[in-house]
Amino acid sequence: MEFKDYYATLGVERTATQDEIKRAYRKLARKYHPDVSKEADAEARFKDVAEAHEALIDAERRAAYDDIAQRHASGRPFEPPPGWDSGFEFSGRGQQGTAGRHADGADARDFSAFFESLFGRAGSEGLRRQAASAMQGQDHHAKVSIDLMDACHGARRTISLRRPVVDAAGQTTLQEHQLEVGIPKGVREGQHLRLAGQGSPGQGGAPAGDLYLEIHVLPHPLFRLDGGDLHLDLPVAPWEAALGASVTVPTPDGAVELSVPSSSKPGRRLRLKGRGLPGTPPGDLYAVLSIALPPALTEPQKLAYASFAGAFPGFDPRNALEV
Amino acid sequence: MNATDVRTTHGVVVEEQIVFTLSALCRASGAQAEQVQALIDEGLLQPTGQRPEDWQFSGSALRSTRTALRLSRDLELGLSGAALVMDLLSEIERLRARLRCG
Repeated sequence: MEFKDYYATLGVERTATQDEIKRAYRKLARKYHPDVSKEADAEARFKDVAEAHEALIDAERRAAYDDIAQRHASGRPFEPPPGWDSGFEFSGRGQQGTAGRHADGADARDFSAFFESLFGRAGSEGLRRQAASAMQGQDHHAKVSIDLMDACHGARRTISLRRPVVDAAGQTTLQEHQLEVGIPKGVREGQHLRLAGQGSPGQGGAPAGDLYLEIHVLPHPLFRLDGGDLHLDLPVAPWEAALGASVTVPTPDGAVELSVPSSSKPGRRLRLKGRGLPGTPPGDLYAVLSIALPPALTEPQKLAYASFAGAFPGFDPRNALEV
Repeated sequence: MNATDVRTTHGVVVEEQIVFTLSALCRASGAQAEQVQALIDEGLLQPTGQRPEDWQFSGSALRSTRTALRLSRDLELGLSGAALVMDLLSEIERLRARLRCG
């Protein structure tokens, strides 16, 4: 198991006061909070920062950590304390399977195996409750990333989930199971799928909780997503923009012919109605024109530009600059 | 750990097909009823119905509630601060979309 340097994560000295730790956490939390941050890997960074804060802000935990860190620094490999269960592998699972943690809604935190081995599985107590009366199982949350084409056409995804299960002896263990999920076509970025009965099992004959899957649509090289609409950069030649043309453009459902009107300017948006994400109503696809200028390399090409200029004696592209 | 159990499950899209009661929203989001009430007072959630037992929340309330709770907890903002952040974030998102899409 990898040793984690919580002081380095927060960027503070080992001698830092609790106030300094708090300040360092707040600054980094504002920078990397996944709801706020546009930094790459913000989610993973924030998780590390939150875990380091959780470990160091509590005096008892910090003392225990310092003790282990000292032994680690003296060259001995990190050995988890007795009772550590290698099955509690919480870290490094990417976007899938986060439902396996002690899901208690938005309060759930997902810390590393290193943290769990030192401080136990915070919050898991609730799962050890005795079934005194019938109680519906807890709802769980997880994230799943899909390609834009999967959002357009629908897809199936197999996800791995780990859920804590209490056995007859009252021991909590994690059981992994695979779930094949149908992604409905037309699902939008940030929407949630509810999978009824896929949360924690109920107790005393009560129904199981539900699993909520948050959909993340990965960026596509051609199409930009805006709600249900798609945007596509469409380069055209100067003569196509000036004279009008029929050009072939890609759509999620295959190439179509699009008529570019004459006298089109760069930035003009041409709408292909209903060619965005499916739905009721379906989204539209917008082709945003840009003009691609061919370089004048050969004599005939230079002549063509010169005769082009000759045909527009009054044209002044810098008219608005008043020079 | 080793149990494998493969089956296909089809979900429903929460934002399009689900209406939450107060207790269902609390269950799904992990919020306390008082926190939901506070988010209603902030104008972040807008249920229909007069009394709490009649309240109906749109499916998008799940995402709003979870985001508000996360921000409130992780940045120690309080729910009104979280609501303000979310307003600003949606404004930024609107402006970014305008930049992206010309």
